[in-house]
Amino acid sequence: MDIQIEKLTKTYGPQKAVNDISFDVKTGEVLGFLGPNGAGKSTTMKMITGYIGIEKGDIRIGGKSVTDPESNFKRHIGYLPENNPLYLDMPIIDYLEFCAALQGVEKAKIKGRIREMIGLCGLNREKHKKIGELSKGYRQRVGLAQAMIHDPEILILDEPTTGLDPNQIIEIRKLIRDLGKEKTVILSTHILPEVEATCDRILIINRGNIVANGTPETLRKQAQGNEVLKVRIEDAEAETIAKALNALNTVKDVDLVQREENLFEVQSVAQQSSKRNIFKLCVDKKWVLTELTPLETKLEDIFRNLTVN
Amino acid sequence: MHTIWTIAKRELATFFDSLIAYIILVLFLGFSGFFTWLYGNDIFLVGQANLRVFFNIASWSLFFFIPAITMKMLAEERKTGTLELLLTKSVSDRQVILGKFLGSILLVCIALAATLPYVITVSNIGNLDNGGTICGYLGLLLLSTAYTAIGIFASSITTNQIVAFMTALFIGLFFHIIFGVLAHNFTGSLGQFFDTLDLQSHFESISRGVLDSKDLVYFLSITLLGLYLGEWSLSKRHIS
Repeated sequence: MDIQIEKLTKTYGPQKAVNDISFDVKTGEVLGFLGPNGAGKSTTMKMITGYIGIEKGDIRIGGKSVTDPESNFKRHIGYLPENNPLYLDMPIIDYLEFCAALQGVEKAKIKGRIREMIGLCGLNREKHKKIGELSKGYRQRVGLAQAMIHDPEILILDEPTTGLDPNQIIEIRKLIRDLGKEKTVILSTHILPEVEATCDRILIINRGNIVANGTPETLRKQAQGNEVLKVRIEDAEAETIAKALNALNTVKDVDLVQREENLFEVQSVAQQSSKRNIFKLCVDKKWVLTELTPLETKLEDIFRNLTVN
Repeated sequence: MHTIWTIAKRELATFFDSLIAYIILVLFLGFSGFFTWLYGNDIFLVGQANLRVFFNIASWSLFFFIPAITMKMLAEERKTGTLELLLTKSVSDRQVILGKFLGSILLVCIALAATLPYVITVSNIGNLDNGGTICGYLGLLLLSTAYTAIGIFASSITTNQIVAFMTALFIGLFFHIIFGVLAHNFTGSLGQFFDTLDLQSHFESISRGVLDSKDLVYFLSITLLGLYLGEWSLSKRHIS
């Protein structure tokens, strides 16, 4: 089921929490929703799930607007809110049964679905406890289980891996990736490696505006511009090498990073690579090339560039 | 309807899981039993086999206990954030309000059912007026629907249970006492007006065994208004 968001706007008092944003999410896609605190991620998610009303613009789920009272869109969505609110005084199984009943799972299938979710989310050992007796990680698993209990076509997860231990994080990420093959998933997170591990596409928003939208690779390319190489060459004076590198026609700029180790950062001219030229240069001069690494812009840098100020 | 019942069932289960239900049942029975059988306006002094004394006492106990039942229904959910989870399931605001309403009315019904031994006792002493007794219970039930609706509205406007309790009691106080007092202090149409608003007079007329459509309309209007305002206050999240 596709989600289309068109010119969505939401104002709290004088502040625009979400400002005229539009994007699409397709079936079989995991969208990573990034942004600093207060950027409007949760507000957008709340509007998609129907918790708060839409001020301007429209959200269409499977082609039907959420403002259409006939659409019954909530049944297709599984939602894990921020901070994972749960009824702490309820036993896990009763709670899952309650959620399944509300989401219209057939009575005969409820037991089976609960068993499946308990297995999938690794709750087997704790299943007879009350939710309030569980540790944070297990509560998070209950939160995921309630979101998926009715096998929804759309999953909206607000920071799904907070509070999980590293093994659980890997399991949950794998689960999200697997689910994302057939379903539409939107997940928000602060953990940038998580986005790279799970998401097909990244959407960065800042102060209610979309500042980046694309796969991790395209974002990197956009942010990076020219190729930067880390180069280490032995058997010559640093100055000599620097001069020779500068003379190459694909090189735009050379930075001497460490004089003792002859370590350089070489920036190429736009759209060109200097790797072959540097190698040839070393061969010609009989220098030894001990390091040649392309410097990738980290997602953290992209995030900082786009969202600071 | 199925959804409303699911929510009501959960509310009831939570009451009994968290001991609140037992505490309220024990207090309600203790309070109304003490004042009916042991203290003051003693049922034995009336010289008639009826439960009028009990109905009067019970109306006061319900006046205090219903806000205690309803205070956490929405305030707590709003505070812990579970309201967001609940309202993003395929559930409408109205179904949530009605489910919570039904859940607390069921608890009140259980409390009232637990007073049936009183009826049996009195009917053994003398010739019990069956119609009057049924009307008395009906009156208590109608009064409970009105106070529950007020309580749910009070719970919907805040995240603090104590504030919800006090607000419900404060609004209830007008219907239970203040309108009655004002009705006595004013004459003419203003007095008439306050008398119409006074809950006690409507309750008494029912518990005397007189079923008047006027009284039914009165209780149903308070109930519907309370529930409607509760729903309205839930839906306010869409605007701000």
